[in-house]
Amino acid sequence: MPSVSRFVLLFLLAFSFLVVFSQAPAHAQENPYFVAYDHYLEEPGNLEIEYFSTFGTQRGGNSFHSFWTEFEYGATAWWTTEFYLDGQTTFGDSTLFTGFRWENRFRPLKREHFINPILYVEYENKNGADKILKEGEGHDVESDFLASNAEARKEHNHEIELKLILSTTVKGWNFTENTLAAKNLSNSPWEFGYALGASHPLALKASAKRCNFCPQNFIGGVEMYGGLGDRHSFGLHDTSHYLAPVLGWNLPSGWTLRVSPGFGLNDNSHRFLLRWGVAREISGFGSMVSRLFGGRR
Amino acid sequence: MKSRMASLSLAVVLLGVSFVLSAKGQQNSAKAGVQDTKGHSVYDELSKAPEKARAKRNPFEKDPQAVAAGRILFEQHCAECHGDAAQGGKKGPSLRVADVQDAEPGALFWILTNGIVRKGMPVWSKLPEPQRWQIVSYIRSLGVAPAQADSPPAKSQPPETMDLFSRHR
Repeated sequence: MPSVSRFVLLFLLAFSFLVVFSQAPAHAQENPYFVAYDHYLEEPGNLEIEYFSTFGTQRGGNSFHSFWTEFEYGATAWWTTEFYLDGQTTFGDSTLFTGFRWENRFRPLKREHFINPILYVEYENKNGADKILKEGEGHDVESDFLASNAEARKEHNHEIELKLILSTTVKGWNFTENTLAAKNLSNSPWEFGYALGASHPLALKASAKRCNFCPQNFIGGVEMYGGLGDRHSFGLHDTSHYLAPVLGWNLPSGWTLRVSPGFGLNDNSHRFLLRWGVAREISGFGSMVSRLFGGRR
Repeated sequence: MKSRMASLSLAVVLLGVSFVLSAKGQQNSAKAGVQDTKGHSVYDELSKAPEKARAKRNPFEKDPQAVAAGRILFEQHCAECHGDAAQGGKKGPSLRVADVQDAEPGALFWILTNGIVRKGMPVWSKLPEPQRWQIVSYIRSLGVAPAQADSPPAKSQPPETMDLFSRHR
């Protein structure tokens, strides 16, 4: 890894620790999804720092552990921007940084409606060794991940990804549907994918006591995601699909924990993926930046 | 590899620019918020609640448990902007003014549910309906702050209480 890249990573790590432990936490009310998005954006001025991890099995190859760090910032009440750094370890092979992503989500409508759209635009710069499986797209199948890290990292992908997120919340239930279109900028066809999610808190009414284990702090659900082929061969053939129960725990201290065992639904999919994540929401990050640039104290 | 590093640097720079623009936007919006005091009250948003929403009754009316739960929820989700005692904070206006305290519970619930997205208040429909009513119960239990009690209902606010509705455009 070049020294500049190592410097950037070390800087971001140190910055994360500084922010997490020096700023006031905000109580998050996060959905439990790993892949699907709902229509709720980050609160304006808040920064959420997240770490996610995926353990996956691989037929015909070694199991792997992929991970990403995410910086999610509420720029306004209608715009959330996120920066991701990805990496992976393939057991018996190596550990490597696989790339970064910059994601933006926009809320076009002022008020809540029965179905709420969110527009999503992402730029990805990653290599072929990326295994975070954050979405299903195109004809991605399990055997694509068999190449060694040394071989796979030679392939560089610059990708634009667009999503239309349609989400509704009714009687505590959130239902969301994400349609994905991704284009590798190096002359590849548009690829498509989907993600569906449903979730519900274990209790709708809040307790009158302060507690970590109150049922309203837990949100359970399920998500399903996979590829839909590409522009030349749209459909379900040669695509992978997953079904994953999800559980989120929103702690009053500002931490959120998530866990999700995922199961491949066809022979093209990894048989098992175990995901977990931890997130910390920091309030007032925008004000801190504003002060740095001469804003009000 | 050079192009990869250039892209990474570009992304970091773009992210930094978005932070700066956002921060600058907050400053500029705060200035615009002062001008708003000449004309419109930030609390006018309450009057935009539809009749059907206003007519909704709080299922936890006069329930002390709901007020206690609402207080915890308020501290977790609202105090950051509106202040610990809803007196108004750096980003949000006071909720202890007659405009809010005299508003129908249904109108407060409607504002919580829909937010005032273009003016910086996020949508809170991610909190289940009973929790939003619990927050309404707590807000209504606070009453008008003593300094406001003897004065007529506020039609404008000092700049610092305009913040929530003006910071993030």
